[in-house]
Amino acid sequence: MEKMFMVKDGWLTITMPEEMDHHKAEEIREGADDYLLTGKVLHVIFDFSNTKFMDSSGIGVIAGRYKKVSCYGGKVVAAHANSRIRKIIMLSGLTDLIEIVD
Amino acid sequence: MVKQKEAWSNGWQMNQEEAANRMELRIMPLSENESFARVAVAAFMTQLDPTLEEVEDVKTAVSEAVTNSIIHGYENKGGDKPVIIEAYLTHRRIHIKIEDRGVGIDDIGRAMEPLFTTKPELERSGMGFAFMEAFMDELHVESKQGRGTVVYMSKQIGGQ
Repeated sequence: MEKMFMVKDGWLTITMPEEMDHHKAEEIREGADDYLLTGKVLHVIFDFSNTKFMDSSGIGVIAGRYKKVSCYGGKVVAAHANSRIRKIIMLSGLTDLIEIVD
Repeated sequence: MVKQKEAWSNGWQMNQEEAANRMELRIMPLSENESFARVAVAAFMTQLDPTLEEVEDVKTAVSEAVTNSIIHGYENKGGDKPVIIEAYLTHRRIHIKIEDRGVGIDDIGRAMEPLFTTKPELERSGMGFAFMEAFMDELHVESKQGRGTVVYMSKQIGGQ
């Protein structure tokens, strides 16, 4: 199985699950914050390569990490999101705060 | 949107009599059941020959409503009281009702405002009702404190 969290050069990459809902949110939130607390992470990438579904719980997870890293000038990036995930992110208004890349 | 209570319950009842098909699902209020609930409704609606986007819209809306019942209605404590998911199909429309017997909503108008959440500590985005509204054609919420909450939604399928 692919690792959910990976740190390289100050960037934490989070491999998002296939179904990003409330059931999965806590695991990601807690895991990510463990890495953020190490002080070795400045930016966060959410990798949506495997993700087919996301609801507002996913928005909560992204917004929560943004709040934490943005205090220190960190960036949040959403990568490889399909059109559905992009739509959800756009509707939430998060596009003003995070970067979306292919 | 939160008024005309009688009209809404009656409308649900009346349309149901003309339904081509119906389903009812009772689940324990556990987060494991969120995906089960939305996938069950998605599978049920395939009879209307929906587009992929319509299926995703309904899945998201169901997920939001069921998650609300689990987190807010039953305060994430599980228990024996159910979340009840009902749906029926009329000509080119799916009608969905999601009900819990939990704590109820204090101020529905406020709860439906985008970004409003009573559970910021759980990092709820406050977008649940906004997504239900965005992805469905109709949304109506009834709630009584201490008694529970019922969400009615419907969406036209095909012919857009």
